[in-house]
Parts: sequence; C-alpha cells; structure tokens
Amino acid sequence: MSAHLEFPESHTVTFRLHVNGEEREVSAEPRTHLADVLREHCGLTATHLGCEQGVCGACTVEIDGVPQRSCLQSATRFEGREIRTLEAFENDPLGAALRRAFSEEHALQCGYCTPGMLITARDIVQRLPQADEARIREELAGNLCRCTGYRGIVRAIQRVLETYPHESSDGR
Amino acid sequence: MKAIDYRIERASDVAGAVEALQADPFAKPIAGGQSLGAMLNLRLAQPECVIDIVGLDALKGLRIESDEMVIGPLVTHARLEDGRYDDATGGMLAHVAAGIAYRAVRNSGTIGGSICHADPAADWIAATAALGATFDIQGPDGTRQVAARDFMTSAFETTLAEADVLTAIRVPALGDTARWSYRKFCRKTGEFALAIVSGVVDGQTGIERLVFSALDGAPVVIERAGLFDELAEPDARQVLLDDDALSISGHRRALHAGLLADVIADIRGTA
Ligand SMILES: Cc1cc2nc3c(=O)[nH]c(=O)nc-3n(C[C@H](O)[C@H](O)[C@H](O)COP(=O)(O)OP(=O)(O)OC[C@H]3O[C@@H](n4cnc5c(N)ncnc54)[C@H](O)[C@@H]3O)c2cc1C
Ligand code: FES
Ligand code: FES
Repeated sequence: MSAHLEFPESHTVTFRLHVNGEEREVSAEPRTHLADVLREHCGLTATHLGCEQGVCGACTVEIDGVPQRSCLQSATRFEGREIRTLEAFENDPLGAALRRAFSEEHALQCGYCTPGMLITARDIVQRLPQADEARIREELAGNLCRCTGYRGIVRAIQRVLETYPHESSDGR
Repeated sequence: MKAIDYRIERASDVAGAVEALQADPFAKPIAGGQSLGAMLNLRLAQPECVIDIVGLDALKGLRIESDEMVIGPLVTHARLEDGRYDDATGGMLAHVAAGIAYRAVRNSGTIGGSICHADPAADWIAATAALGATFDIQGPDGTRQVAARDFMTSAFETTLAEADVLTAIRVPALGDTARWSYRKFCRKTGEFALAIVSGVVDGQTGIERLVFSALDGAPVVIERAGLFDELAEPDARQVLLDDDALSISGHRRALHAGLLADVIADIRGTA
C-alpha cells in the first residue's frame, strides 16, 4: 500500500540571485523567503532559522555589505543584490579572526545562533571599532543565544576589536 | 510557519502602485518587509498579491524644503540613525531611529512602513506626532495631506484607504533653541516599547507639545502642555496621567509617569 499525497498547485517563478560571488538560478514560489532559498535551493545551510519573525537573528546574512534578516522577505526581492552567507567568509581574514576568538572564548555551545552571531559580530567590528562592552551587548540584542549566557560572545568580539587591525578585509 | 501562496508585482511608479492596489482588494504594498514579512510568516496577513514599492525612486531620499524636512517613506531606520543628511530636528530623528529594533532590522525597515503599519508601540508613530509632522498620501482620487496626530485611528488602523500610498513625511524644522526629548521603556533592548513619552518645545514657533504613546491605540498629543510650569509639579503630572483621555492602564501608568518626569527634566535641562 502506498500513501497518495495531493499537493496544491504551486506557482514557481525563476529568478537569479548573486550569492557568495556566484550567480544562481532559482525556481521557487514567490512566498519562499531568502533563508529557505539559501538552505533548500542553494545548499547553503550555515544560515539557520529560529523564529521566522525577525526576533532571534539566527538567519542574519549580509546584503550589499550590511546585515539583514533572511527570514522576512521573499527571495525574489533580493535579485540584483549582493548576498553573502557565513560560507562566504571562509577565507576572509576578519572571518577567521572572529572564528578563532569565538572558539577560544567559548562563544558557542550548540552553535545554532553562531552563524547569525558571526555576521553581527562582523558588522560591529567594521561599523563600531570603538564599541565598548555595553555597546557590544546593545548591538547583540538582536541575536538570541540559548546556551552561552553571552559572556563568551561579548569577550570574543572585544578581543577581535582589540587585536584586529581596523581596516576592513574587503576594502570597504 | 510559512506564508500563504501569494504573488509579487513590482510597481513601476506610484500611480502604478495605486492602480495595482485598486485592482485587487486583497493586495498590499511592501516596503522593507520587516513588519509585513513577520505578519506573512505568522499568517496574520494573507494577501493574494503584494505590490513591491521598494524600487520607486520617488519614495526615496531626504531633503530640506524651505522650513521643513521632506523624508521619503522608503528611507530606512539605519539611514536615519547614521545621521549623514541635513537634519532640521536637532538630532531627534537619529536618536529615535537608533532605538528601533536591531541593526539588521533597521537596515531594511523603513520610516514609511513603520508609520503605515501603525503598531501602537511604533517609534515613528510617536516621534512624528511629537514633531508635528504631516504625511503626503496618494490615492485613486489624487493626493492629500494628513497630520501625523490624526493619521492613526486605533491599533494597526489608519486613515489610509486600501489603494493609498504614503509618499512623503514632512517634518517642520525646529528652531535653534528648540529642545526635544524622546524616552521609552523596553523590557529588552530593541523590543517594542511598553511606554513612550516625548516632548518638543520650540520658543520660535511657540510649540510646547507632549506625546504619550505605546497606549492601547493611537498616541495622545497634548499641545501647550505646560512642561515648564504646571507639569513641574508631581501632583499635576499625576492628575494628567489619571485623566481618562489618556486611558493608560494599570502598571503602564507607572512607566509613563517615570518617563514623563525624565522628559520634563530633559526639556528643562536638568537631567
Ligand atoms: C524583531 C523586530 C523588532 C521591531 N522593533 C520595533 C521597535 O522597537 N519599534 C518600532 O517602531 N518598530 C519595530 N519594528 C518594526 C520595524 O520598524 C519595521 O521596519 C516597520 O514597522 C515596518 O517597516 P517596513 O519598511 O519593514 O514595512 P513593511 O513591513 O514592508 O510594511 C508594513 C506595512 O505598511 C504598509 N506600507 C509600507 N509602506 C507603505 C507606503 N509607502 N504606503 C502605504 N502603505 C505602506 C504595508 O502594506 C504593510 O501593511 C520591529 C520589527 C522587528 C522584525
Ligand atoms: S529566523 Fe530570522 S530572525 Fe529568527
Ligand atoms: S550556542 Fe546554542 S544558541 Fe547560542
């Protein structure tokens, strides 16, 4: 006996996205948000989904160089934009400095929040080189971590702010 | 949850957006998507069609025109926060913008979207009422202007009709000696406020305005509020807070009371 499932008709559209320096052609329903397209259609699973309401920050990616939620907008709206997920920062010096500091300061346990944390951390280091602990905590308010209690994350970002030379890694 | 199946149409100009909205009573405009996106995912909004206005240049940018700032509804919170524009509000816009949500939300969320969404705790709803702003609206019957204080009618309800588009936010310039204060109480940084109080005083124009917001419905605006005389007295403040017109419920009254004292101290320069 086999189950027969009936799905409603779907209305997919085909569009192009520029993800991590590569051109991608994607077919998806317009309602599909960017995070689902990155994960399910591009195989880029570093971007996590927690709340799909903009609150937890796990889905934060870089759009045209600045952090944005990827759970709140249809992927089709990102045509022509420069999308970068955590995977893009593998060989990036600031990315490497942040990963090392996160590891050394115990800034992650389960790792669910970590991709969003690293994207936000990058923004803090580049935009607010003078940030003190209070400012770092304020900026991290949009990224929830259920494991670490944040101290390690704050220390990791502080360490990178102190040690990483303040010219940005990609000339911006 | 995931949004219902909807289609997206890109508007090519404001008139086109109005037309598209008129053609489909279940259509909704989308700007930064930071409120509508969450509503779609939660299925609190189930439009058949979403009209994307984010590419419309006519709704972007920010300029000073004689004695007012004209702000495009698509200007993001982050752009206002960063303050790299001619400011006629003595820094109030940047201060308010910086306190909205989180940077990743501010990078996409727009001042116009915030106003049209009309959350009772939305910061631009309160701040534009305090600044005495006026909104330009374009609809099927042409354009009209509505004062910020008359725009929101109740929680998430405004005077916008179904096919109306907000096209500009006009903020009167404050004089050199003007003072402003914007205070809110949030349980957590970036969360919607439980209480908002704002004051704007401008000797040059004779404005002495007080706004209570994050109430059950629209903000309450009080002109000639007596920030320098009557309200210096705690007793008078209590009478005001207990007034039925404000209808501030329960524990929130204590939050508003605390913020009111701070606003008065800010305005009088004794903070
Ligand atoms: C986690 C989180 C926390 C937040 N915290 C706060 C906060 O503390 N304070 C605060 O004020 N806001 C907060 N917000 C909301 C945020 O400010 C949104 O950016 C804003 O409410 C909506 O702007 P938008 O451009 O994203 O609009 P959208 O989500 O695109 O649209 C919102 C509504 O406005 C309509 N609309 C948009 N533009 C127009 C227009 N020009 N004409 C007619 N209708 C229009 C849409 O149809 C929709 O109904 C928060 C959001 C999130 C996700
Ligand atoms: S999944 Fe996007 S903010 Fe939580
Ligand atoms: S490490 Fe588990 S949620 Fe942050």
